[in-house]
Amino acid sequence: MYIIFITVSKYILIALMAVYAIQCFSVFSHDDKKERDGIYLRQVAPMSSVYLLSFLLLYIETGDSLLLKFYALTQIIIWALILLYRYMYPEASKLLVNNMCMLMSTGFVILSRLNFDKAKKQFIVALVSIAMAVVIPYILKKFKRLRRFYLFLAAAGAASLLTVLLFSTSVNGSKLSIMIGGMSFQASEFVKIIFVFSMAGMLTCMNEKYRILSATVTAAIHVLLLVASKDLGSAVIFFMVYVIMLFVATGRLSYFIIGLAGAAVCSVLGYVMFSHVRVRVAAFSDPLSNIDGSGYQIAQSLFAIGTGGFDGMGLMQGAPYRIPVVEADFIFAAICEEFGALYGICLLLICISCFIMFMNIAMRFKDMFYKLVAVGLAATYGFQVFLTVGGVTKFIPLTGVTLPLVSYGSNSIMVSLIMFSVIQGLYVSVNSSNIT
Amino acid sequence: MFWRKNTIADNDKANRQIMKVTYIFVGLFILLISHIFYFTAFESENFINNPYNDKRAQLLSKKIVRGTVYSRNGDVLAKTYTDDAGNETRVYPYGPLFAHAVGFVSHGSSGIEQIAGFKLLKSDDAPATRIRNDLAGIKNKGDSVFTTLDTSLQATAYSALGDRKGAVVVFNVKTGEILALISKPDFDPNRIDDIWDAVNEDTLNSPLLNRATQGLYPPGSTFKIVTALEFIKENPATDKYGFDCTGSFEENGVKINCYHGQQHGHMDFSSSFARSCNSSFANISSTLNKESFGKTCDDLLFNKGIPCPYGYKNSYVDMSKDTSFGELIQAGIGQGRTQITPMHMAMITGAIANNGMLMKPMVISSVKNIVGGTVRTYGYKEYARLMSPEESLALKDLMRQVVISGTGSRLQETNGYEAAGKTGSAEYSADKTKSHAWFTGFAPFDDPEIAVTVIVEGGGSGGETAVPIARMVFDDYFSN
Repeated sequence: MYIIFITVSKYILIALMAVYAIQCFSVFSHDDKKERDGIYLRQVAPMSSVYLLSFLLLYIETGDSLLLKFYALTQIIIWALILLYRYMYPEASKLLVNNMCMLMSTGFVILSRLNFDKAKKQFIVALVSIAMAVVIPYILKKFKRLRRFYLFLAAAGAASLLTVLLFSTSVNGSKLSIMIGGMSFQASEFVKIIFVFSMAGMLTCMNEKYRILSATVTAAIHVLLLVASKDLGSAVIFFMVYVIMLFVATGRLSYFIIGLAGAAVCSVLGYVMFSHVRVRVAAFSDPLSNIDGSGYQIAQSLFAIGTGGFDGMGLMQGAPYRIPVVEADFIFAAICEEFGALYGICLLLICISCFIMFMNIAMRFKDMFYKLVAVGLAATYGFQVFLTVGGVTKFIPLTGVTLPLVSYGSNSIMVSLIMFSVIQGLYVSVNSSNIT
Repeated sequence: MFWRKNTIADNDKANRQIMKVTYIFVGLFILLISHIFYFTAFESENFINNPYNDKRAQLLSKKIVRGTVYSRNGDVLAKTYTDDAGNETRVYPYGPLFAHAVGFVSHGSSGIEQIAGFKLLKSDDAPATRIRNDLAGIKNKGDSVFTTLDTSLQATAYSALGDRKGAVVVFNVKTGEILALISKPDFDPNRIDDIWDAVNEDTLNSPLLNRATQGLYPPGSTFKIVTALEFIKENPATDKYGFDCTGSFEENGVKINCYHGQQHGHMDFSSSFARSCNSSFANISSTLNKESFGKTCDDLLFNKGIPCPYGYKNSYVDMSKDTSFGELIQAGIGQGRTQITPMHMAMITGAIANNGMLMKPMVISSVKNIVGGTVRTYGYKEYARLMSPEESLALKDLMRQVVISGTGSRLQETNGYEAAGKTGSAEYSADKTKSHAWFTGFAPFDDPEIAVTVIVEGGGSGGETAVPIARMVFDDYFSN
């Protein structure tokens, strides 16, 4: 009976996830605001059902009643968050609120399965971040002169990266974080947001003669500092965000092409200059030949996804703990192993719908500063999802970045929540002041 | 400067660019999703059968009774026996006969048990039956794996090799099916738990090592096939070649002796090959272009992966423009640092027999569920063209002469078929009187069906020791 429950629930979970993902896209075909609102409200049903069923399975398998308490508490907070947004910011994008909750709750489930302590810690950080994040739309609405502070923001961002480079201890050859008051602080995560604001400020507010030069120099400084810290995943993200923002701001295709060509040249240079880049490319091209060394992570990730197949091993039925750093960079592989590749693809579709929504919001602004901020954040998010999912599925070489809102990591979850809130804040200010 | 004339785009233009960026991203994501689909549907099937993934196989075996392995004749090679108390035992009815070909599953896994591990641990029984079993708390029955292995040929080759260390590989050159695969010393997989410590500690004999695919041996004179191929490529008019053998060849301070110091007298190209004259082949090697020779070795899959379903080692040859003269001459007669696995040798032989086309070696022909319904069948595939049809024809003629007038005479007067091949007696230590006995060949000569490769460690002369073993295999195959 119990095995039947596990097997059947596996397919129910995939079906619920598919329903949710389809709803994410079907809203784009409805113009009527009321109809859309109806879909957003209905989305809460599959979301909550997936969450309930997942925790039920976890509880049956482990018998740990703490899991049920954790479930109840997190579910209440998630519902409260949805309600809070509805009352505080009725103009906010409900799709983004739903997706934010869906991604976060998927993270809570898989973290509870992998390491319950980490799930609890993730929840606490998320709670603090949400408290910070809900006021962000309000701040953005009031603090319109932010764009003038681009130089300060650029300097602050570069300084943070420099601090990490100089004072952090190196982990696996990369210098990523420093300890502040017992909390590890990964500067590149936070600087992502600051960087987008400084870029947007420079490209819109500076004297016409210098804006592109200074934006280029600022971007170059950031990227070089990241390369020096051997945080290549972030370096790639910053670089692409710069190229895309420049392209949108100037409307010139040549910048886009020069940027991509530059990226290609830099990739080759990186390959020649850094042994750990070569190691990763070797692991990418043939993980099984290097399975005792550099190929181990990616091979384990692919074993997990491949053994799980389309329908997954079932929650608690696989061996995702065999993958190194599974809670952070490889969370997508763990989800695919136990919930199935179809579930994983639905999760990816939800991320894509967030990205499209970000871009959609960007297009509504007449104010170029806000437009660029939204584009920059959208590109940051989209690229990060692409790098992590592409990396763990061996579509592209591994860069070691997290899946926003799902992966474990206090910096990652906090920054992801702030990013979503900033977009919401922009959206609110558009909708309420009727700029469009 | 170019950046001085930049104005900021107007709203519509910026929005058009945003659309473009969005399309590019969505395009990338569609590619990514297709990749995940493709990997899960097709690539993962073989990828996950890896010793490093044994943990997940163990998890599955808690829910599914491991399936049965069959030979091509329908004989059971491995099955799981469950007693009344529900204890499972993996049974290998033929004992040590298929020790390396089928392998074992305890303390890790090997052979078919490893290659097809996840196929055996998947149940494609009727959904209704599976649900009934789930409800009753009975484990579902895993799928059966049908191999290309031939029980009779395997037994013939096994007894022909006897108690000697070595390996035999038999494979169908037209289909790529592996018909027999033997490695000795062996062990009884039924007793693997009891003998585990003993076989692991026996580093002198290494009974767990699958010599057929993982044993690296100096190829000795069998490598003259490769040297001959390169010579044919560089000198299409091979009939102009002549050499007077005085028992040794010396140039630039490098000296090569013929086997047991034999003086062959006047040799042409064909007789040099048939009688395996080292001096003549050293002479041939000295004329070869090292870079082009290296390319030929590369085409024959040296120094890189071979399409072998079993775990294997890469064969090695040092042949490039930087290769020293001494190493060139040594490599030309299959000595020096050159090393090859019997499986790789069988593949080269198979490609020669099959007009230069190597069929992808396979050992699993189909997967069926417990009631015999086909889940999946595996077709024959061309792997790669290793040489042109003309080149393969020339090599076939050379190899036929080995049997007619050379070192392979023990394959003469066969009943109902004509064989061709090449012998080898490969020195492997400072003691020049000791050698591994090699034979690799195919039959029938006119329309080849199977390739047989034999190595006997320390077996002395290939012609005397290895050829008779191959003959027994050929005789058995063609008697049916």
